[in-house]
Parts: sequence; structure tokens; C-alpha cells
Amino acid sequence: MKAIKYTGLVLFLAGLAIFTSLLFLGKYEVTTEAFDAFTTSKGIKSELFINSFKQRITDKEYTSQFTLSSDILEILDSSNEIHKKNQEWDKVIWDKPHNFAYDLIKPAGKGSIVEHKGMYWWLTFGLGIIGSLMFILPNIILLGAPGIKNNGIFLNAATNRGWIGIGAFVYLVAFYILLYFRPEYIVNWTYVLDPISSGLSGNLASQWFLYGFLYCVVMIVMGIRMYIKYRHNMYQIIRTTAVLFFQIAFAFLIPEILVRFNKPYFDFKNAFPLDYDFFFDWNINNLINSGNLGLFMLVWGIALTVIIVPVMVYFFGKRWYCSWVCGCGGLAETLGDPYRQLSSKRLVAWKVERWLIHGVLIFSLVMTAFTLYSYFTTEATVLGIKTQDIQFYYGFLIGSWFSGVIGTGFYPIMGNRTWCRFGCPLAAYMGLVQRFKSRFRITTNGGQCISCGNCSTYCEQGIDVRAYAQKGENIVRASCVGCGVCSAVCPRGVLKLENGPEAGRINPTDVLLGNDIDLMNFVNKK
Amino acid sequence: MEHIVIIGNGISGVTAARHIRKLSDKKITIISGETDYFFSRTALMYVYMGHMKFEHTQPYESWFWKKNRIELKKGFVSKVNHEQNELVFQNGETLSYDKLILAVGSKPNKFGWPGQDLDGVMGMYHKQDLQNLEKYAPDNTACKRAVIVGGGLIGIELAEMLHSRHIPVTFLVRESSFWNGVLPAGESAMINREILDNHIDLRLGVNLKEIVADENGKAKGIVIAETDEFIECDVVGLTAGVSPNVDFLRESGIELGRGIKVNRYLETNIPNIYAIGDCAEQHEAIGSRRPIEAVWYTGRMMGETVAQTICGNRIQYKPGHWFNSAKFIDIEYQTYGWVWAKPKEGTSQFYWEHPNGKKCIHLNYETDSRKFIGINTFGIRMRHEIFDRWLNEEQTVEHILEHLKDANFDPEFYKQYESEIVSKFNQENNTSIKVKAKSWKRIFSRV
Repeated sequence: MKAIKYTGLVLFLAGLAIFTSLLFLGKYEVTTEAFDAFTTSKGIKSELFINSFKQRITDKEYTSQFTLSSDILEILDSSNEIHKKNQEWDKVIWDKPHNFAYDLIKPAGKGSIVEHKGMYWWLTFGLGIIGSLMFILPNIILLGAPGIKNNGIFLNAATNRGWIGIGAFVYLVAFYILLYFRPEYIVNWTYVLDPISSGLSGNLASQWFLYGFLYCVVMIVMGIRMYIKYRHNMYQIIRTTAVLFFQIAFAFLIPEILVRFNKPYFDFKNAFPLDYDFFFDWNINNLINSGNLGLFMLVWGIALTVIIVPVMVYFFGKRWYCSWVCGCGGLAETLGDPYRQLSSKRLVAWKVERWLIHGVLIFSLVMTAFTLYSYFTTEATVLGIKTQDIQFYYGFLIGSWFSGVIGTGFYPIMGNRTWCRFGCPLAAYMGLVQRFKSRFRITTNGGQCISCGNCSTYCEQGIDVRAYAQKGENIVRASCVGCGVCSAVCPRGVLKLENGPEAGRINPTDVLLGNDIDLMNFVNKK
Repeated sequence: MEHIVIIGNGISGVTAARHIRKLSDKKITIISGETDYFFSRTALMYVYMGHMKFEHTQPYESWFWKKNRIELKKGFVSKVNHEQNELVFQNGETLSYDKLILAVGSKPNKFGWPGQDLDGVMGMYHKQDLQNLEKYAPDNTACKRAVIVGGGLIGIELAEMLHSRHIPVTFLVRESSFWNGVLPAGESAMINREILDNHIDLRLGVNLKEIVADENGKAKGIVIAETDEFIECDVVGLTAGVSPNVDFLRESGIELGRGIKVNRYLETNIPNIYAIGDCAEQHEAIGSRRPIEAVWYTGRMMGETVAQTICGNRIQYKPGHWFNSAKFIDIEYQTYGWVWAKPKEGTSQFYWEHPNGKKCIHLNYETDSRKFIGINTFGIRMRHEIFDRWLNEEQTVEHILEHLKDANFDPEFYKQYESEIVSKFNQENNTSIKVKAKSWKRIFSRV
């Protein structure tokens, strides 16, 4: 069993190494033909750009996308600069430079990777999947009988912020920075997925297809790990199944298939304000121009936020979304599960959390108010601020840095719900409903708590669960995503997630159940 | 300002301090020689097992004490001079008090076994024991085998701890079946199986004769009294129960039995000195409870109670219905009311066990009046509040079975066994009880 496990680890690491080294392999050549097609389709009017590009880049073989990208960007910059100086606004190329470079480089690939996409898929994704499954599956036997098996978590460098954890942190952060800010560098990764992408949507794989596919693969593999680890716990099994289903079907397959039928790319479960660009003009216009289905999507998206989300939170708590449906939550509950114990439980972290998450909620609402104002009045500027700027900063700071680089990259350092806990505006909104108007609570079982602290340690949201449980109080906290792990790890059967009547949901007690009834009444009713 | 001094920073001492602070402005000092801050003793095992770090066992952050004006003093008290209202520390320092609360806890029992003080021999009680264990049993190369002596809750926890680091364990239990002084036969057998399933070498009905030293004064093995069998090992865990930690009070004039004798108000024979928690011994046992109860929650309840008395609301310690819980490797256990290991006269029992042998419930009730006395539940969580209410209402066993779903506290989507349980009861007793669906209304109705 152990041999299988370690062979799996070697295969996984080999897959990871090949995947990483793909960035440094590959050849590129932008042919005149391809370049002409590109300039026509983009409607580029700058002869300066076209000429210097043809002079310097076309029909020349590059052995690295880094140099090719830097050449493209240099030409783009210098031609834009001259056009701007001459106030030739129609000749300026306004595209985001790195996406622009990506669009040029993607069709320019040649050589081994492009010719053997399938083989490279097996060497990267294939090895990674097989290796990690070989690493994970033997746990059915190695972990022993079903039950909580957290042995050695704080003794393992992968899960106690040791060197493996730091390594994973660096790798994840680097991955997200490339994905969000340097897509042209990871074009080789997208080649590997071209066949699958073409099969689904008819298009070649973009960096976002890469991300979506990788996301699903990681969730499935780590979801299998969840099934094994919590196989004694039906709540965890059903919840993991739900979150896998919504990711694969709703976030990945349905949008790709919609595109195949020339419908708008739409994730039916992604609710505003997590889906922060839902009200952006391009999205609204796109939906309005897509017939009845588009209109339905528009109405659905609004109803999701305004009606479905709060009603569901009332009945079930925000867990119905955060740990049953949401993609971010799904990754946190699968890939992130090994890191849940790393969230800070200090009071100061809770204070920071409340300022940050509600700050992001306000930021998203203000940004959306600007957007809608601009949409309906067609004024680009509101109160002296350009709507486009505030949209850009939200997307850059919150959409990319916070939810991506920090939100997931920091799993091995700050726990698996960094984004959900400190940043997600939808979580903030649902949290307010959950705290003030909901049937959901974690019930504390009378006086059984022994203050051991397993619940607090394994709370991914950094809630000091024990602080409530040892006082006999139910846990009613805005941030609780209802993952159910506090209840699972409790050795004394003290905690239970429940949807019950609102009366008695919050039950502050001074003296706990089990003591003299007179004393309890005396103290608790005073 | 009145100065309340508490010796011991365990659950009882800290609970007393917290409640005194809630009720008053008195000066409070907590003394401990073991650790700087309160920690959950019950969680020490999880530190060794790698589930937690030691700081996770501390329920309060370090600012808590200052914020609540609870002074913490580290040191061992060697003497109590009650005539002068003064404590003397081992280093000669003194501290005076107006009221003294003794919450000094327990210490592991040692029964004069030869070799019981060798290196590599330890209890599993103090933080220092944990450090010792890390030293002598960091892994299965340094510790090729460990022997545990004494089959109680701490014994099985220590076995689980060592097992988590793949250290082979031999577990010597004096009784003929694990913990059968407390657990009835069915439950006890279930735990025997659980121990064996985890490849722990369980030896029932044996006693320790001696611990054998190597040339460096470290344990190298033990001898079993009954068979003279020698078992080679690197670590010996002594877990044959605990007793009150009262040796330093022998000459103090405070009345001692096995523990510190207290009345129902938790007052000792000396005015202004109180004793709570593991170290307190009731002059007369309360109900069916033992005079000394070394249980987490009784320590807490005594702390809650003594705080009232000290703050002017003199009140008796009246623990309510007995309850407790534990976890035996993977099997959770809860109990409400009394299920005695040996059935008492005039009582009847009903036992249901799941075919997988890892879940069971055991009901105890009065044969004639059908009054419910208590339940043991293994592998199924139950609601404390509901059972407490049923015990207060003196409900019948039939009522309990009919409403058993109200008491279920397992996580959502877990398989429920109430109908199987009740149909077995019906079969054995010729009754026709029907299980009612869970009702929030009943669960939340207050008496």
C-alpha cells in the first residue's frame, strides 16, 4: 500500500515537473499570413505597428514565449506612444497588452507540444491525476477504520506551514499571477487542452479554459480524498458530491456548451456580487441581445441575488451556497481541506475580517451603482470618477489579487477560506442574513463540552467555536459556512448543524446545563 | 479590596475566577506551577497525535487575563498557613489572601510498583508528561513498544496516542474486560473489540509486577504478575486512575480524606478556604455520584457554584443528573442518568447493538414503575437537554423510546436507528411502541 502511495507521489511530482517545464519549451512563429488575418480581424489601423511587427517578428522563429511577448509588447508600446503623441486616437491599440500578446502567440506555436497535444496531456494532467489518485486511494486502508483521522497534521511540513507548505504557497501564487497577469506566458499549457476545449465549445483552449479544467480536475481528485477521509460522515459525503456537481456541471460544462450553441457564456449559480461584472454593460448588452434565453439569464441572475439567496439563507444558512454550490467554496472544501487548521482564531483576525469583508461588499455595491448609473445615463463619469476606472480597480484588486492570488494562493499559509472569510462580498451579504434572520445555527449539546479545541482548530473560517460551546451557547455567526467539520471532529458529540425555529436560536447562558436547576435559573434568568 | 486566591489553573479554578469576575470587582489571583495559562487537559492527547498544537488547547488568548483583571502567578505552593491567611511557595515567597480556593486537581496513581520512578515511566496527566512522552516515544524507532498499565479512560487515550505514531502498544488491564466497573458487559466487550481492531495488544485480567531497568536507569521492560511474562518496552504509561493532589496540605490543618473534605457549600473546615474540582471530597456522596468526581464538567460546575458563594449568594453544590461522555478510539460514548455495570435490583435493562458492533444503546429503567433511569449510547449522539428534561419529568422508558428521534443529535443525513431500536424493544417486551417523528416543538418546549 505504501509502495503504491509513494509511486503515486513520484508520478504526481513528475507530472508537475513536466507541466512546469512546458513553460520553457516550445517554439513560436507568427507567420505573415496569420498576422494579416489577426490585424484584419482586430481592425488594427496602425501601419507603424504593422510594419515594425512585420520587420521584426513575422516569419521569425522564437524559442521562448517570453522573448516573443517582450518583442510584441515593445512594438505595441512604442507605436501606441507615437500615436498618442500625435493624437491619432483611432490608431492607438487599446487592448490589454498581455491579452493582446496572448492572442498573437496562441496561434503561433509550433513544434513538439503543438504536434503532440494528446501526449503532453498525458504527461502533465494524466500523470498528475494518476499519481495523485495512487497517492490518495491507499488511504482507504492506510487510514484505518472510518472516523476522524487527523493524526500528524501539525507534524507534517505540508500542513503545518512547513517547507512543503511554503513551496505550495509559492507555486500557487506564481500560478495565479501568470494566469491573471501574464496569460501569454502560459500559452503552452493551453495547447495541451485544445482537443478537449474544441470538443466542448468548438474553440481552442484559452487561459480561462485551462483554469476551469484544472479547477475541475483538482476538485474531483481532492474530492475523492474528501470521500475517503470523511467516509463515516454522510453530511460531508453529500456536501462534497453537491459541490463537485455544481462546479463540473454549472461552472464548467454548461457554459462551454452554451458557447457551442452561440449562446452567452453563463454560470447559472454564480450570484452577484461574487459575480461582480454581472451588471457591466458588456454583459447586460450581451444578454439582452441573446434572445429569450439571454433575457431569462438576466432575470435569473437578478432573482438569484435578490430572492433565492436570502430565502435559502433564511431556511438553511449560507452553507447552502458556500459549501454546497459555490465554486470558490468547492475548491476550498476539496483542495483546501488539508489546510483548514491554518486559519487564525485570534480575536484580532475576526476584527480584521469584519472590516475587510464588509468593505469589499460596499466597494462592490458602489462600483455596481456607478456601473448602472453609467449604463442608464450613458455618462462615463460619475461624481468625477470614471466608471471604467472603478471597474478596473475592482477587477484588479478584488477580482484578481484578492480572490485569486491571495484567496487561493494563500491556502497553505492562512487556511483554505481566505477569500471566503475576508473578501467575498456575497458571503458578507449572506452573513448578514444568516446572523440576523435565519433558522440555521450550530447547536451546542448542553454541558458536554470539554474545551478541547478541536472545533476551533479545524474551523476554516477561524471561528472560535469552542468559545461558544464551552459556555453552552449555540454558534450563530455571520461567517459560518456550515462545512460541518467542527461537528465531525468533536470527540464528545457536542455540535450539530441544524435548521430549527428562530426562537431560542441564540441562547446566552451563564451557567451550563447539568448544574443545579435552581442555580441555572437564578443566574440565567437574572 | 478582597483578595481571592485560587490555587490551580484548571477548569474548576478558572471557571471560579471567571464567575467571580462576572459577579464582583474582587482582586483575583490564580496560581499554577504547571503552565502559564489555562489549557484543556483533556486535549493534551491531540497535541501528541498532531491534531493540534499546544496553544490550541488554550481556550483563552493571553490578553484575556489582563482584560479581566485576573492575575496569574507561576509557582508551586508548598504550605498553607491558614492562621495568617498566607501561602508559602517552594522558593520561600509568600502571598496573603482573604479567601482561598483550592482547585489543585489530581495526580496519577502509583501503587508502589518496583521501578515506577524510572526514566521512560510516566503518567498521562500533566503537560510535563506530554514532554516526557515526546522525549521517550517520539516515533517507533526510539520506542519499539510501549506498555500501558491501567484500563481506564486515560489508558485507552494513551494507547490511541501511541498507536497514532505507529508505536506497538501492550495494554495491561486488571479487570476481566475493559472498564467493566463502569460499563455493562455489552459495551465493555464492544470497546475490547475496538482496542483489538486497532492492533493494540490488550491483556485482560493482568497486573503489573515490576518495571525492569536497563543499565542507565531507564525502563527496558515489565513483568506481568500473573504469568511472570517479561515484555520488552521503551516506555511504560501508568494510567491506573488519579487521586487528589493534596500531599502538600497534610500539615495544614485543613481536613483531608482522600481529598479535601468539603460540605455541600464546597467549604472546608477552615473558614474562607474552599475546595473545588478533582481534589474536593464531599463528606457524603451526592445521589449516586462518588464523593470525589474527577470529571471535567463537575469541576466546572463547582467553579460556577463556589463563585456564587464567594460573591455573597451562598449556595449549595447540587450537580443535576449524571451525564458524561468519552471517545474510545473511533467510538463516541455519551451517558445520561445511570446505567450501572451490574444491574441493581428492581431495574430492567434494554440493550440494542448495531450488527457492525460499533454502535449500541443501553437503557436502564425501574421494572415496576417503568421510570427511566439512564442511557448509555455508543456511536449515536444524543441531546443532553432532552434527556435532562426526561429525567426531571421522571418519564417512562416507553415515553423515551416513543420520542427517541427528538433526542438524536447525530449530524444531518446520518442513518437513524430509532425504529430498529424500538422494534427490538417491542419484540422483547411485547409492547407496541411507535416512534414519533422528530418535533422541534417538543425539543424546544421548556418545562
